[in-house]
Amino acid sequence: MERIEGLAKLTGAERYVDDLAVEGVLWGMTVRSPAPRGRIRAIRFGDGVDWSEVVVVDHRDIPGENTVFLIEGDQPVLAADAVRHVHEPVVLVAHPSRETVRRAAREVSIEVDPGPAVLDFTEEPGPEILQHGDDNVFKRIEIVKGDVEAALASAARIVEGTYRTGSQEHVYLEPQGMLAWVEDGVVVVKGSLQCPYYVHKAMIRALDRGPDRVRVIQAPTGGGFGGKEEYPSMIALHAALLALKAGRPVKIVYDRDEDMVATTKRHPSWIRHRTGVDADGRLVAQDIEVVLDGGAYVTLSPVVLSRGVIHAAGPYACDHVRIRGRAVLTNSPPHGAFRGFGAPQTIFANERHMDRVAEAIGMDPIELRRRNLIRDGQSTATGQVIRDGTDRVAILERAVEVSRWSLRAADHRAFNASHPYLRRGMGLACFHHGAGFTGGGEVVLASRLEVAGLEGGRVEVRSANIEMGQGTLTVLGLEPRDVVIAEADTARVPNSGPTVASRTAMIVGRLVELACDDLRQRVGLSADDHGERVREAIARWREAHAEEPVGRAEYERPPGIEWDDDAYRGDAYAAFAWSVQVAEVEVDLRTCGARVTDFVAVQEVGRVLNPTLARGQIQGGVVQGIGWALMEDCLWERGAMANGQLTNYVIPTSEDVPPIRVLFLENPFPHGAQGAKGIGELPIDGPAPAVANAIARATGADPLEIPVTPERLATLLESASGTADPRVA
Amino acid sequence: MSPEPTARLRVEFTLNDSPVRVDVDPAERLLDTLRYGLALTGTKEGCGEGECGACTVHLDGIPVMSCLVPSWQVGGRRVRTVESVSAEEVRPLLWTGATQCGACTPGVVMTALWIADHPELLQSHTVRELMAGNLCRCTGYDGITEGVEAMIASRGPGRAS
Repeated sequence: MERIEGLAKLTGAERYVDDLAVEGVLWGMTVRSPAPRGRIRAIRFGDGVDWSEVVVVDHRDIPGENTVFLIEGDQPVLAADAVRHVHEPVVLVAHPSRETVRRAAREVSIEVDPGPAVLDFTEEPGPEILQHGDDNVFKRIEIVKGDVEAALASAARIVEGTYRTGSQEHVYLEPQGMLAWVEDGVVVVKGSLQCPYYVHKAMIRALDRGPDRVRVIQAPTGGGFGGKEEYPSMIALHAALLALKAGRPVKIVYDRDEDMVATTKRHPSWIRHRTGVDADGRLVAQDIEVVLDGGAYVTLSPVVLSRGVIHAAGPYACDHVRIRGRAVLTNSPPHGAFRGFGAPQTIFANERHMDRVAEAIGMDPIELRRRNLIRDGQSTATGQVIRDGTDRVAILERAVEVSRWSLRAADHRAFNASHPYLRRGMGLACFHHGAGFTGGGEVVLASRLEVAGLEGGRVEVRSANIEMGQGTLTVLGLEPRDVVIAEADTARVPNSGPTVASRTAMIVGRLVELACDDLRQRVGLSADDHGERVREAIARWREAHAEEPVGRAEYERPPGIEWDDDAYRGDAYAAFAWSVQVAEVEVDLRTCGARVTDFVAVQEVGRVLNPTLARGQIQGGVVQGIGWALMEDCLWERGAMANGQLTNYVIPTSEDVPPIRVLFLENPFPHGAQGAKGIGELPIDGPAPAVANAIARATGADPLEIPVTPERLATLLESASGTADPRVA
Repeated sequence: MSPEPTARLRVEFTLNDSPVRVDVDPAERLLDTLRYGLALTGTKEGCGEGECGACTVHLDGIPVMSCLVPSWQVGGRRVRTVESVSAEEVRPLLWTGATQCGACTPGVVMTALWIADHPELLQSHTVRELMAGNLCRCTGYDGITEGVEAMIASRGPGRAS
């Protein structure tokens, strides 16, 4: 089945927010803080523009609370007296001409009396830099299973390691943008976004309007990856404030550099492992500490930390586990949702560490994983007993076989011994990813969805779940020509939750099935009636009742799922997807550049709904992960990203990556749509450790931090050898 | 105090096989002339500095990034944009999953068409090398690479134009 909106995209007919021509529209721009922390002393307006033509908005124009409400209300829509990070929005300007509005934004200068700032998330905060509670910690989570100290004391061997991961910019190809206008007393925003009801909630609070007086519509969205989860609420509010003040529609579209420096990125992490193993290579204790750099405001950091710590011990059975995590404040732009949501960071540390444990005890890294992978009946770190019937060892064996691990490893040894400057090696990562919201999150969300019978017997799916490239419109399509997918418009569709957390196919897809069942029942059919019978029954019902029949569904927790949010114990997710990835790299010792030359991704994601789209999700996630592993390096200077351009923040091109070989092993999940589990985030969890492990095997270097840029690898190779001639593994 | 409005330049060129005449600012980018002056919004802006390729159009048959081309420079020349592309030409890209979010897609399509029009390029370059000027953040490039190969195959042997 083809992607429903595919031809419109291929012929340039799809209309994204910047493509919408609007009569009388003004262009809006944001003027931002120049300093990481301080008090605003003055805002000066220069004389390079005629200010009588420019609409200017500051915090005094906000009708409601000055907060971008999500989890906590600490982040202002526009800074009032103080700023907490560089690029924090302070003043908005709008004008009919894009040229003039750019000039106007340049003519505004924000003068800040600087205060002491936190620029390193690993440093202990002194009193002069406290800005959140008495320790600058946004959230602490502790997961305890068994007695980790006692188990460490009795372990045959303890292996320690400290790992760091850098920030990562989403680089969705369509920059953020939003259009706002006022229509019959309702403030309407339409733009590039993942979560219509997050924006809706934020607008109600800051604009002080009832839910019926704000309306959010998703425009076709040119990539999200989490980057359009929380920040669109900010831009929507900015555009709405300008539109309210101007009495005209306002469009804000970020340039690439503004998008890169001002919006969210993946949380940098610092992760320490202390692992006890017995003489047979069984994990007897895992003691893990996780610190995430949250940036200047709480935003989504508590939930990113949650997913991070839950995945930190990996897909292994171990009786004694302690995971202590915290997300802390720094004076940098808030870090936020990014595909994987904390798990790629902790999985990098865990899978790099597993290779180092294997080396420390002289065991093959595959054998170490084979011995410790969770079997059905064993439990994860939160005590969730896994009984899904998936053969995780078989996934590992399949990846080893398809990548021809043993044969290639022998080839690489011979090659490395003879080649003057190229070194080759293979690396592997073994991991899992929970689908849907963590813990009780899906119960709290209580997602709702409708399927309505239209004229002529067609049906319309009304869901807030959005298409941003992943092919949702197609996966949810029933009989393609008879199905209309409603625009994600809060005035028309119920809240089926955000399009995040690998939840669309599994949870929302299941709601579609249930709502269809409900619709069938309403029009007097049984669950196995299809096609023409459904169309006729809908038409009959409409005639008899003079209104449309609507099937409804609401999320129901699968039976047997229990979660204790205080103790952080229980069933963290209704389902896990499982995966093993193998990377082959070639390192050029002259440049210290590493290239991925082969990549195999084997995964069990329940039933695969559409093979082309599922394969595309895996390949795209893997390539994003390779970018994070090798080249995507956010450089920070005084709390601001210094390389906010695609010229100096580089992402993989088609030439930088090999074909990604994808294999699915299917084990249908009974509570997902047609047996599907989540798929979107899983593939980005493994590439970084697989690639770093491969570099370690190829060169003998021991990368503990990503990205492994040529500069970092050069330093590692010098310190590994103490000479200019690196050791060969 | 607004500066004086700058002089406009009259530019005439061939756009998707039809003659057009526009008045542009001397510093105006071809990308903006197409999108905002002529309402051809199929061509996208991804970065505005010639790195991402989303704004790729054909200028006298050669792919260029329209964010780096001043509009006055296309006077007397031929410009082809994604709006001229037929569904039949690009359908092979649909089968292989070459488009996901669609933001890079118009640029990808224009480079792909150029490769399909010039299969002799593949004697000295791979599809992956030729497509390296078009960043895509969704597909991981396999769907695009296979789609370009399918486009070439669908045209049959010896159909270079």
